[in-house]
Amino acid sequence: MIKVEGLSKNYGLVKAVDHISFEVAEHQNLILLGTSGCGKTTTLKMINHLINPSEGRIWINGVDITKEQPETLRRKIGYVLQNYGLFPHYTVAQNIAIVPQLLKWDKLKTQKRTLELLEKLHLPTDILSTYPSELSGGQQQRIGLARALAANPPVLLMDEPFGALDNVTKANIHAEFLALDELKQKTIIMVTHDVQEAFELGDRICLMDKGKIVQDGSPTELLLKPTNDFVAGFLKEQQLLLEFKTTKVLDLWALLNVSHLSNIEPTVNADLDLWTLIELIKKQKIDTITIQNSANGEVKTLRFEAIMQAFYQYIKAK
Amino acid sequence: MNEHTLNLWEFMVQQADKLAVQTLQHIGLTFIALILAVLIGLPLGIFITRKKQFSGAILGVASVLQTIPSIALLGFLIPVLGIGPKPAIFALFLYALLPIIRNTFTGITGVDPSVKEAAVATGMNKWQILFKVELPLAMPVIFAGIRTATVITVGVATLASYIAAGGLGEFIFGGISLNNTNMILAGAIPAALLAVIFNFLLSRLQKINVAKINSVTKVLPFLLLLLASLYFAPSAYGSKLKAGFTPEFMGRSDGNLGLIEKYGLKINTVVINDAVMYKAAYEKQLDVISGYSTDGRLAAFNLVILQDDRHIFPPYYAAPIIKQATLKKYPDLENTLNLLSGKINDSVMTRLNYLTDYLHQSPEQVAKDFLVANHLYKPSRRGHEGTIIIGSKIFGEQYILANMYALLIKGNTNYDVATKTGLGGTKICFEALNNNQIDFYPEYTGTGLLAILKPSVKTVVAVSVGKDITYNYVNTEFEKKYDIKWLKPIGFNNAYALMMRKNQANSLHIKTISELSTYLNQK
Repeated sequence: MIKVEGLSKNYGLVKAVDHISFEVAEHQNLILLGTSGCGKTTTLKMINHLINPSEGRIWINGVDITKEQPETLRRKIGYVLQNYGLFPHYTVAQNIAIVPQLLKWDKLKTQKRTLELLEKLHLPTDILSTYPSELSGGQQQRIGLARALAANPPVLLMDEPFGALDNVTKANIHAEFLALDELKQKTIIMVTHDVQEAFELGDRICLMDKGKIVQDGSPTELLLKPTNDFVAGFLKEQQLLLEFKTTKVLDLWALLNVSHLSNIEPTVNADLDLWTLIELIKKQKIDTITIQNSANGEVKTLRFEAIMQAFYQYIKAK
Repeated sequence: MNEHTLNLWEFMVQQADKLAVQTLQHIGLTFIALILAVLIGLPLGIFITRKKQFSGAILGVASVLQTIPSIALLGFLIPVLGIGPKPAIFALFLYALLPIIRNTFTGITGVDPSVKEAAVATGMNKWQILFKVELPLAMPVIFAGIRTATVITVGVATLASYIAAGGLGEFIFGGISLNNTNMILAGAIPAALLAVIFNFLLSRLQKINVAKINSVTKVLPFLLLLLASLYFAPSAYGSKLKAGFTPEFMGRSDGNLGLIEKYGLKINTVVINDAVMYKAAYEKQLDVISGYSTDGRLAAFNLVILQDDRHIFPPYYAAPIIKQATLKKYPDLENTLNLLSGKINDSVMTRLNYLTDYLHQSPEQVAKDFLVANHLYKPSRRGHEGTIIIGSKIFGEQYILANMYALLIKGNTNYDVATKTGLGGTKICFEALNNNQIDFYPEYTGTGLLAILKPSVKTVVAVSVGKDITYNYVNTEFEKKYDIKWLKPIGFNNAYALMMRKNQANSLHIKTISELSTYLNQK
């Protein structure tokens, strides 16, 4: 869907982006992860031609982006900014309708689409006539997303989209983001410096440093098979947390020793990752849980300690 | 007109017609200039946000324009644009330019970069970005610039009356020249009110929510055009010849009022500053002007004086006026100042004025040369027994006289001299003398009579018949009222006079003011 080849951007002698290549498949969610100054945002902005590459080529759907008017190109790519970049002199409705208006959609179609987006993003309709300055950060973030999605572009570029939110709001929006069907139909490239966020939202992560891609792989690959010390070091601080998040109960199935023979409620699916399971146990103040493996129909009732034992064995084996 | 002293309100009611015309002209001038400044300044401001390498140069030029003194700027413009509204509007336009260009530039460059980036990223083209995003968001700052420009322009527009473009300056400068406080206030108060009102209205506009800015932006151009059109509301009546009179001349009974009353003169008249009046007559932009009979430019610009056959201009013999107390304090002063008495007649004064006004010799040099030629010059004694402060009005002749007196005092007494020259008009000079800020200045008998004493019309007529009668009357009255003495007259009579170009006067066979009036009344 998106193909980047030999892409570089030089500012004088500084190589902001240094000869990188990657591909994003349709409906995939690629995260460009790295510290500030690593070139991730520059890479993102070259894809919708906000920045001119010094070298290299970019194809979207097989079409070289330089073959198209930048304006036409951008209207087909949703773009979400860290500070949302909402137009302060436009109402929420006008903000959302920007791209449809540029594409000369008729009013009714635009209105219908706007209402549809509001519903999907759990926003009340009376928000439409307000101005961005009257909204909370979380609401502004959603409007920014709605604006990017308004004309139903196949591609979405997101530049630190959740960077300005507090942790509680961020966690809620992450959950919504994952649950939003519409986003599952998009090819997304998202820039972030937040390791947790990358692991939570990404199908694939490109870890960047000094303008280069250090490792390109799935979250589990990065965590368990780091290509070098930089990758390991980058993830080390949150290693345990990430391992919990990337490991599913199913992965430990063989190692799990049943604690009770009778089933004790609640029952959960083995598809769950460990982090969510721990959160659940904490929240419900229980120490025993029943897990159902929908792949083979087996059911195991386990104490919390038994799950942890199995997890450590599993990690050691890797 | 002086029998009963009018208060300000009565004056304004009496002059309501003129006041209304001047106010409309003032508003009109301001907004014509402002529209031009917006039309040119806004695109220029936008241009330098796109080509930043030009921003320094363009803002620099606009800043320099702002620092040119307004009268000097008007002076520069006369050879190019003549007199009247054109140069006035152009000058006002230049002054209004800087705040508009600068605020447009600041406003647009100040738009939140993430909003600009969002505009680009959503696929707007450069015009859409400008009109949909940058200009609306910069509008409050641009309004602030227009507001500053308006206030500046309302103020500077008072100077438009210097070059026959009308406006409230006619009253202000007329009042200063005529020592008429009511007239000054009748011009100054409306001018100040206009500035305050426009400032207030525009500040309201500026505070309007960014959201509603779109509708305001649509209404504003029409409003500006409407205000600008006010300049054309008062229609001037035409006549064969065009006269340019100084604001002082306009309001004096020995000026325009006398011309109308005694000669029945009906002529299309504009108000103009005397600094540019002669040149305008020479360049055929004016046909008749109110000059001074000893003015050096009379010779320089080949003008001829029309004979005052019905004697409306009283004698204007020049003499130093000084407080009695000062004469006592500096006993040697009176004799020294009287050294000049009888030494300069009309033709000598005209020649001296010609040297400074037209040949651009310095007044110091002209004064010294004259004293040397007349064996009056003595080298300075460098005395320290007190300092005499000499005042002078703001025209060439007075500078020459002040310099002569300075040299005489330094050469003949042990006093030192300081000068405060260029005091703008009779009122300022006389007030300075009264308040001991200057010790003496050369005044004219006619001015003393009509601008300072202001007796009844009867008295004016009675004492205007001869030069000695006028002199004796003002001397006696000044001693009585102000304890100020008129020293001996210097000799020349710098009376008011109507002048025309020599060629034109000859070809129309006009030698006297009566003949001019008859010519104008012919259909």
